[in-house]
Amino acid sequence: MAARSTTASTSDARFDAVVVGGSAGALEVLRQILRTMPATTAVPVVVVLHLPPRPPEGLPELLARDCLLAVQQAEDKEPLQPGVVYLAPPGYHLLIESHRAFALSVDDPVHFSRPSIDVLFQSARDTYGGRLLAMLLSGASADGAAGLHEVAAVGGITIVQSPAASEAAAMPSAALALFKPTYVWTPAEMTKELPSLFAVRSSMLGSPA
Amino acid sequence: MRPEVTDLEIRLLLEAIYERFHYDFRQYAIASIRRRLIQALTAMHCESISALQARILHDERAFPRLLAYLTIQVTDLFRDPEFFLALRQHVVPILATYPSLKLWIAGCSTGEEAYSFAILLAEEGLLDRTLIYATDINDDSLRKAQTGVYALDRLRQFILNYRAAGGTGSLSDYYHADQDNAVMAPELRRRITFADHSLATDSIFSEVQLVSCRNVLIYFDRELQDRALGLFADALCPRGFLCLGTKESIRFSAQAPRFNPMSVGPKIFRRVD
Ligand SMILES: C[S@@+](CC[C@H](N)C(=O)[O-])C[C@H]1O[C@@H](n2cnc3c(N)ncnc32)[C@H](O)[C@@H]1O
Repeated sequence: MAARSTTASTSDARFDAVVVGGSAGALEVLRQILRTMPATTAVPVVVVLHLPPRPPEGLPELLARDCLLAVQQAEDKEPLQPGVVYLAPPGYHLLIESHRAFALSVDDPVHFSRPSIDVLFQSARDTYGGRLLAMLLSGASADGAAGLHEVAAVGGITIVQSPAASEAAAMPSAALALFKPTYVWTPAEMTKELPSLFAVRSSMLGSPA
Repeated sequence: MRPEVTDLEIRLLLEAIYERFHYDFRQYAIASIRRRLIQALTAMHCESISALQARILHDERAFPRLLAYLTIQVTDLFRDPEFFLALRQHVVPILATYPSLKLWIAGCSTGEEAYSFAILLAEEGLLDRTLIYATDINDDSLRKAQTGVYALDRLRQFILNYRAAGGTGSLSDYYHADQDNAVMAPELRRRITFADHSLATDSIFSEVQLVSCRNVLIYFDRELQDRALGLFADALCPRGFLCLGTKESIRFSAQAPRFNPMSVGPKIFRRVD
């Protein structure tokens, strides 16, 4: 095997961004996932959670508490930074533009949700193509399934929380009814397996470009 | 799965629309435009963007339909009540020091935001000396705004918002209801001028003390946001007020130095002298 190239750059790793979606029962799983991400994580992580219309303040702070990465609400036109976890602001769709900056919208809800997971996943797929790691967690609607399918269709890595191990199975089941994802994992498996996926990603970027 | 629609196809279509119809969407945020175009493809039974382009160039009924997809008309009376509450508490007392007032609601959609301002100013005793310019590029919406007629099933939300916004009376003071609709009071309507105006192509038309442009800039790219914010700075009197949507900011704009944020929470800025 060839020695690790000193020119190893983003193009060597398998994904340039992580996107995560979930609704009922997803918050705790999300916390566990964020905990597995090393401080050297070299990609942005973008999250859509369905929340009540007026969610409690301080969700970014709550998630940041046991996560090594900065956690913040995404702002309109903000460029995505590696090693930052972005949350969709309540009441707005969150999209990623082709120049890798966020755009918000107040277009109609999708699957009764704004923010919608499909909207995030589809725009991420349009921007990153297959160079994505996309995760769909526990949830009570079909939002996210179509978007995840599209990510899979262009070769992205897709992870679905196993319905049996989900507080609400509708969301992961909707995805499994459409296609076969790369992995179907329980939360425990995620905690166990994700670090190696992220290790690859962060060591790649560790070398000088 | 969605049909594949590339940035290039979208840009060519927007260029054609600009040349033929003089609507300028060329600097809109493309990810949202892509979603809407894909919806339009399905609704208008077109296989591809080029088929859609051919259609709008040859069938004159097609473009108005497409336009409805390109401009999103989601709005509400006293949308984001906490914004109107902050306005009432922190901005109205300063507005009250002007002998006469001009306000500009940019991107007013079907008029709800303009009527919200009119109601608030009426309750604060300022409406008689106020003129509200409310502008948009969607003619259908402007016509609806002009009539001030809203479906009764929206009233419940209207009333909740009005109360949360610090309304001091009863919302029913400001409309009369018939069988299916609430019709906004003529006293409000008289103070509002609805007009066609594009933030992408038109220039300023009056000096104003306050601009409210909410949930419009998120649909623009950064250059077009800069253009719009430049128009607002030019139109505002020194220390005039700029109100943006709850999740909109001037942080990434070249025009940021022309405004100071007010420390009242919601997105309210003042033009620097
Ligand atoms: C989502 S609505 C916002 C309505 C209202 N301001 C609110 O916050 O509820 C966006 C509006 O911006 C209008 N718009 C889009 N492009 C525009 C432009 N170039 N100039 C003026 N208005 C525009 C659309 O037609 C639409 O009515």
